Amino acid sequence: MKRDVITSVIGIIVFTLFCGIVYPLFITGVSQVAFAGNANGQKIYANGKLVGSKIIGQEFADPVINKKTGKVEMSDGNPVTTPDPRYFQTRPSGTTPPDNAAGTEFANYGPNSIVTEAAIAANIQAYIALDKARNGTPYYPGGLTPGKVPVDAADTSASGIDPDISVRNADIQAYRIAAVRHLPLSTVDKLISQYTAGRGLGFSGEPGVDVLEINLALNRLTGGS
Amino acid sequence: MTVTGWLTICLFVALLTLFALPVSRYLAAVYTGERTFVDPLFRGPEQFLYRLLRVDPEHGQDWKQYARSLIIFSLAGWLVLYLLLRTQTLWDFTGLNPMHYHSGTWDVSFNTASSFLTNTNWQYYGGETTMSYFTQMAGLTVQNFLSAGVGIVVAIALIRGIVGRSGKSLGNFWQDMVRTILWVLTPMSMVIAVVLVWQGSIQNFSHYLTADGLTGLGQQIAMGPVASQEAIKLLGTNGGGFFNANSAHPFENPTAFTNFFEMLVVLIIPAALVFTYGRMAGNRRQGYAIFATMMVMFLGAASVAYVAEAHGSPAQHAAGLNTHVIDGSSGGNLEGKEQRFGIAGSALFDTVTTVTSCGAVNSAIESYTGIGGAVPFANLSASEVIFGGVGTGLYSILLYVLLAVFLGGLMVGRTPEYLGKKIEAREIKLVSLGILITPLTALFATALATASKAGRASIDTAIAHGPQAFSETFYAYLSQANNNGSAFAGYTGYIQPNAGNLGAHGITFADLLGGFDMLFARYAPILFALAVAGSLAGKRVSPAGLGTMRTDNPTFVVLLIGVIVLIGALTFFPALLLGPIVQGLTGHLY
Repeated sequence: MKRDVITSVIGIIVFTLFCGIVYPLFITGVSQVAFAGNANGQKIYANGKLVGSKIIGQEFADPVINKKTGKVEMSDGNPVTTPDPRYFQTRPSGTTPPDNAAGTEFANYGPNSIVTEAAIAANIQAYIALDKARNGTPYYPGGLTPGKVPVDAADTSASGIDPDISVRNADIQAYRIAAVRHLPLSTVDKLISQYTAGRGLGFSGEPGVDVLEINLALNRLTGGS
Repeated sequence: MTVTGWLTICLFVALLTLFALPVSRYLAAVYTGERTFVDPLFRGPEQFLYRLLRVDPEHGQDWKQYARSLIIFSLAGWLVLYLLLRTQTLWDFTGLNPMHYHSGTWDVSFNTASSFLTNTNWQYYGGETTMSYFTQMAGLTVQNFLSAGVGIVVAIALIRGIVGRSGKSLGNFWQDMVRTILWVLTPMSMVIAVVLVWQGSIQNFSHYLTADGLTGLGQQIAMGPVASQEAIKLLGTNGGGFFNANSAHPFENPTAFTNFFEMLVVLIIPAALVFTYGRMAGNRRQGYAIFATMMVMFLGAASVAYVAEAHGSPAQHAAGLNTHVIDGSSGGNLEGKEQRFGIAGSALFDTVTTVTSCGAVNSAIESYTGIGGAVPFANLSASEVIFGGVGTGLYSILLYVLLAVFLGGLMVGRTPEYLGKKIEAREIKLVSLGILITPLTALFATALATASKAGRASIDTAIAHGPQAFSETFYAYLSQANNNGSAFAGYTGYIQPNAGNLGAHGITFADLLGGFDMLFARYAPILFALAVAGSLAGKRVSPAGLGTMRTDNPTFVVLLIGVIVLIGALTFFPALLLGPIVQGLTGHLY
């Protein structure tokens, strides 16, 4: 009994040093030498400023300015935003504020819940609304209906910071981007195929378009802000 | 559904089997003391550790001594982890608490310490909003290794009991632990961690990044030593994410390739151990029979989950979405799933981590369709014997094997024997207790939480009504009792208005009930399994005769599946009806 107690205490200390300190430090050393870019989060800089991470989704939106006060409208301490039509939009996010990479969480919408239906319907409406020019004509030929909205544009992602959208989703948004940025559609389509990552090993998962990367490429073409 | 989706499932099964065979040979060598190719590297440190721990590795322990070492070692581990969680700020001098997060509250720390000790990794906290890097490394990562080790050594001890021919000894707990850490978990974790970083996982000690964002909205991005913890989280079927979003987070699971790789990592030891068992028993067909049993049930679960999720959910259809596969879109129920994994990659990952005690998630289980969500429920109801956790799966299914042998023996009217050893009243009593204790704990805790106001406080009433609210509660205690750790994540035990534990409080009832749920349902079956091992160890082996029931043929596989399904269904069917099955059978929204 006493022997077991002594051995256990020494054992926990030794294993804590070995598995909890030495092992993570060793992996950190190897990673920082061999794959420094990845190990530090695949940071993307533009004009000397940190824009974000290549593999972390972010919100491409602008703060809403209150016309009376001239200040940014706030809700629960976070600015109210409106999607920026010049950019490809990421998937709906369940975090607060959206695409919060310092506090990820699932939305946990149930399969049979009216709350879920309302959330999905709202996402569909927002998606269709963004496809309309100021005069109400749709960018997408023939206009969008709920049945034409791809599931990834209406369903909330898991992490809340999904960096990718489906190719279908990008193809639909391409009409808007091309019109707003005065680019030929073929140029935008070419960018889409350039920034589409295929399936892992050719079969695992789904192809996805990295939204931050393609938006940066668009800015390089036509200038951003 | 797509061809590539089905291909993913088929290739996964094929590759898993392919990789499990050589690993099983290696594991058998490690636990029987044969030479392995890494011996020159680890023999020295091994001897050094024995001297440090003051143990004689050659000293055989009977089941009581083995159990005592295990329990005391676990108790010490629990205390150290609890103290680390409670004193998080004390370790700020290491510089590994860049966000200056405060220490955890007592109730959530109780739950978390119990959770990581028992290989459950149920998380009432969000990693990036509560834990310092130091706590994640020195506290949580360490128990990721040790709890996995404890699971494996119990399985090895039970194997020795079943096949042993040398009296009462089950081996030496300290020797088994040391060899598990040195030979198995650490080297494999190192390789896995480096592969993950190569694909895009992060591994650093930086302050959280503050990015401007392309439109100037600003974004804070959590950092940390992720890959090192992610590797053992999967390999040890632990499942506790570095981040709250777990394996859905791009830093934990960056690509569709890592998604596939991570699934293999989760199942490699549980699958290999089954073959190891056949090798150690001197009859590989025994291992193949158990492997076949597990694989049949695994494929069934994965297929049902995939078909159900590809179909889409009633809420999606009510909102007018088209959930068919169309060119450039996966279709299906993508609610709570990541684009890069798609439907098949999510459904398969979900199956892999709920048949094992891993409990990592790459998608929100609460958002699965009724039938798709019933799959993890069913996997947990089978007490995680379909591969199961590292070690726990094997020792749990061996208890079912003994029960099946007993039932088979009754049917043919002979004294039941397993590998030449008679199964008698004492063993069957212990086996029955070992099998029933987990379901009973889960149901008792669920009933308590459902019937009490304090239990209902954990339900997220903003999103969950009716059967979904019951599913949340039931899944919470089922998952914790099975030491799985995946969640219908709307169920909460921690209220945190701001990141960093300051001003936060736990929901004490859920924290304590869950904590005891995990501890009891982990250690009681371990003790019963070791007792069975002790009871069998000393028995004489009689040669197999013509009348001996064979346990390595398809008939036995069918019998074993029948026993597992029957026990799972009899205990859980009424409760399952109230939650996921109601959700699955109705297109009605509530």
